[in-house]
Amino acid sequence: MTQPQDLIICEYCDTVYQRAPLLKHQRALCQRCGGVLYRHTSLTIEQRLALSVTGGILLVFANAYPVMTIGMQGLTHSATLWDAVQILSHGSITFIALVMALSIIFAPVLQIALLCWVLSFALAGQRAPGFALCMRGLESLRPWSMLEVCLLGAMVAVIKLAGLLDVIPGIGLLALAALSMLIIHIAGKDIRDLWVQV
Amino acid sequence: MNYPANADQLGLCLCHGCGQACDLSSSAHICTRCGAAIHRRKANAIARGWAFLLAALVFYIPANLLPVMHTEMLGSGSESTIGGGVLEFWEAGAWDIALIIFIASVGVPAIKFFSLGLLLFTVQHRSTWACRQRSQLYRLVELIGYWSMLDVMVVALVAALVQLRGLGTIEPRVGILFFGLVVVLTMLSAMSFDPRLIWDSHANEGRPH
Repeated sequence: MTQPQDLIICEYCDTVYQRAPLLKHQRALCQRCGGVLYRHTSLTIEQRLALSVTGGILLVFANAYPVMTIGMQGLTHSATLWDAVQILSHGSITFIALVMALSIIFAPVLQIALLCWVLSFALAGQRAPGFALCMRGLESLRPWSMLEVCLLGAMVAVIKLAGLLDVIPGIGLLALAALSMLIIHIAGKDIRDLWVQV
Repeated sequence: MNYPANADQLGLCLCHGCGQACDLSSSAHICTRCGAAIHRRKANAIARGWAFLLAALVFYIPANLLPVMHTEMLGSGSESTIGGGVLEFWEAGAWDIALIIFIASVGVPAIKFFSLGLLLFTVQHRSTWACRQRSQLYRLVELIGYWSMLDVMVVALVAALVQLRGLGTIEPRVGILFFGLVVVLTMLSAMSFDPRLIWDSHANEGRPH
């Protein structure tokens, strides 16, 4: 009898496979629908924890420093991510400020915090308190974390304003660029491997 | 061509919370590993999918008609819509930026409306047509889904930046709320759709219901 951990079910077409070990850069595809079943995990727990802590530091920089500063005839004004959320919260459009806050601030903060919590216990070979809840939280936060969209948005904003005023990219933008790539790398679907590892 | 067995036929079910293969014959429909509720198929996938999609379609109209930004520059004010923003870039010669915004604000929502509508319609009619391609289409919708938030991000950042008293200010307008709602609703529509339904009519072919 095979253990349930050895079986893998395609989430797109319900076909059952037996898990086989993968080599580096390999991924398992479903024969029937072509969907990705799972990928080779190249990150060890230590590496992932180190990257999560890095993510935490970048998160502080991305939120504390202005993303951009504009200047015109001696006047300057800079904006952080939180300013961008706040400007949407005035008047009748408050709801979109909530979505914005979730997608560029709260979701990434929670993702990094949950990863650090779960991984620091996993490093000692233990399951963190509330492990199942944290793992499910990470699963449901993933589609709502949109830092990479925000990064592209910031670039479009630079070009949009560059014709009218002086635009100076800030430390926040650099941190945002690094952080968005980092989160894609460390908070992907392969964190599910933790269920087997600890 | 013969494919490996279906989870449904083996009495197994995928847990969406942790990816474990769960045994459906065990009493409670709760994943033994992560505690999430497991369903053979997502509940009311088609009805929910249509509901979110139609709501998104309705909101897409004010999202394009109403202004998303109010610009006040050196005493003269103007309102701009999403389409107006694209045209502005195009006329200024920045065709590449115009293209990016056009794809994010018109292309992606249009592809999503069409694809989700097609998927829901074919599943509803138990079609066995192009299952593999429809499966890929669903993955495309999942992948491009949130990139339409680009416009909301641009408006928020630009408005947060341009706050120079006396010289110029930019304020967000109600159009951006509707546009954001369209993105959120199409994302919810894609999430409530169950791609396994595409293959169900295939598996049931020649089998008594």
